[in-house]
Amino acid sequence: MENKDKMKLANDGLPEHEKPLFCDARPQTYKPLGKYVEKFLNWARANSLWILGYGTGCGAIELRPLMTARFDMFRWGLAPRPTPRQAGVFVIGGYMSVKTLKRVIRSYEQMQGPKFVIALGSCTINGGMYWDSYNTINRLDHYLPVDIYITGCMPRPEALIAGFNKLKAMIKAQQTDGQNEYARNFDWYKANQKKIVKDWNMPDYNW
Amino acid sequence: MKEFIEKLIDKYAIKPMHSRHANQVFLTIKQDRLPDALTWLRDFAGYTHLAFITAVDYPEIEKIQLTYMVHNYQENTDIGLRVLLDRRQPEMISVHHLWQHVATYQRELHEMFGIDFPGSPRLKENFALEGWQDVPPMRRDFDTKEYAEKTYFPRPGRETHDPREYMKQKLYPDPKEEK
Repeated sequence: MENKDKMKLANDGLPEHEKPLFCDARPQTYKPLGKYVEKFLNWARANSLWILGYGTGCGAIELRPLMTARFDMFRWGLAPRPTPRQAGVFVIGGYMSVKTLKRVIRSYEQMQGPKFVIALGSCTINGGMYWDSYNTINRLDHYLPVDIYITGCMPRPEALIAGFNKLKAMIKAQQTDGQNEYARNFDWYKANQKKIVKDWNMPDYNW
Repeated sequence: MKEFIEKLIDKYAIKPMHSRHANQVFLTIKQDRLPDALTWLRDFAGYTHLAFITAVDYPEIEKIQLTYMVHNYQENTDIGLRVLLDRRQPEMISVHHLWQHVATYQRELHEMFGIDFPGSPRLKENFALEGWQDVPPMRRDFDTKEYAEKTYFPRPGRETHDPREYMKQKLYPDPKEEK
């Protein structure tokens, strides 16, 4: 019983009357089903990567050409979705300001598993040209589990397609563990996030 | 334009002007005369558009300089009115009653430079930074690099090159050394 209480999240950022309205459970790790079932599921997941339509930085401009006839991302089963509940892939487009990071965390946590993060551009790797800015983060992997990085400033749509195909291969080979990593190292991620987002006025885990 | 500026100088006792183009003039004005001057420019002189308000921090002379840029569509001329504020407690009369969008500019100036505009609507609300606790980031005594290194987990291994030296090595080797 004591252990169970300890596992609950405090939700300190919320006012007292709102605390019962939100979930205080931690994220769960996903246990793979049987070998062949999982293989089939991974095949299905890899061929319906649905992107959350949230352009978080300047890199989002490279997502638009993907939808056009020239690159046509629907060929690979990629489709933009309007809400995190329907999306499986989060494309972080370039630099991430602190204000955006707060919304990104909230959206990422609301996505249904299995979920994947593609980090676009050099800004997500080491800050890029904004490495000494007062308001943009330097490395994304301290805040969200990143499955694949696409380098460049900006990467061309071809690079993005290559990244998506790499992600598909990784999913089929069962190498993507971002969601479980987030659940296992939840406290570390949360501490990093709260160090940056000073006015944390949302639940600790937005589900 | 010249006669008009002289008239303006007579009317509001403005310090010497500074101009780089024929149709653009910068004038420094006393703080408490600024709303009068802006009102007169807007209502009687045809300067109907406030293009921007911008601030420059001068820690050397303990001042913050505000520039109010107004534009005249008929004559296609600009006037920049400048005021100097005390840097230790920067406070300026709000002119949000003249143009609606001024309130937003003032909100941004409050956040980025810590300038107070008493009476301006929604002034203390967050603009771009949320929950900022440090020195206002556009002040020149705020060390951006140090703050970023302290806060944002820099990835080790970043190399920087002095662009001038780097390009010299890569593209244009020194002709003297070649001989």
